[in-house]
Amino acid sequence: MAFGAAAVANGFSVLQACLLSLLTFSGASQFAVVGVIGAGGSAISAIATASLLGTRNALYGVIMAPHLNVRGFKRVVAAQVTIDESTGVALGQEQRGIDAVKKGFWYTGFGVFVFWNLFTLAGALGAQAMGDIRAFGLDSAVPAAFLGLVWPRLTGKFERILAVSCALFAIAMTPILPAGLPIIATAFIAIVIGMKR
Amino acid sequence: MSAFWIATIGTSVIAFALKYSGHSVPERWLSHPKIQRINALIPIALLSALVAVQSFSEKSQLMIDQRVVGLSVAIIALFLKAPFPLVVLSAAVSSAAVYHWL
Repeated sequence: MAFGAAAVANGFSVLQACLLSLLTFSGASQFAVVGVIGAGGSAISAIATASLLGTRNALYGVIMAPHLNVRGFKRVVAAQVTIDESTGVALGQEQRGIDAVKKGFWYTGFGVFVFWNLFTLAGALGAQAMGDIRAFGLDSAVPAAFLGLVWPRLTGKFERILAVSCALFAIAMTPILPAGLPIIATAFIAIVIGMKR
Repeated sequence: MSAFWIATIGTSVIAFALKYSGHSVPERWLSHPKIQRINALIPIALLSALVAVQSFSEKSQLMIDQRVVGLSVAIIALFLKAPFPLVVLSAAVSSAAVYHWL
């Protein structure tokens, strides 16, 4: 719901919101696109931010491929439903055998896909009917969604310091750099720290 | 073509390409510990930056408004281990309430 509403609140049409959920199908990337465009960023900044967030799905694919062992059209479908949830559930079944892993992946992937898309449509239509989005708190729903997505990743002191530093950096750069760039720049902070550590 | 369409289609194409490439490249290409570590850090950096920019700015200008209340309530909800939909909903409701009073 939150995504569909956020997309429409930031100027996307209902159709575009639904296409993002159907085709991109990766929550963080989708929120990033509408967030960056909504903040006045260019299409290129929005795509770059969303794609940097999408790189983790590539790694999930690497992890899942040997378990699923699929080719052709089935691999295309498997790729599309390779997200945080499906990979997480599948790996949680590892001790119960390869069949449980496959089941976990496919059921979670399809289940999330169906509900995510239905709720996107509902949220987008709802937001379209609202008018002034601030009166319904949608301007706060988007940052709250980002916060909810990052929160489970802040597992240690190092992660929390990185998060706060990137937040402060992005705020400090917002009046200086074109919209969208302060966000993308933090990805490079993460890359440099990851290389050194 | 509008920026909205370019962003929608561009993001979708790259998102799928990334997912599909993961399923198709040899495992050893991406299993390097450094790549794994960077991969864990990038979402933390980007999502934190997005939280901040979306809460405290509008069109490249810094500002403090009802969103601060929404964000604060979301933080409290997360500390109380609320589920994701409740976090978003509580932020929206509190922010809307402040917007009406101000």
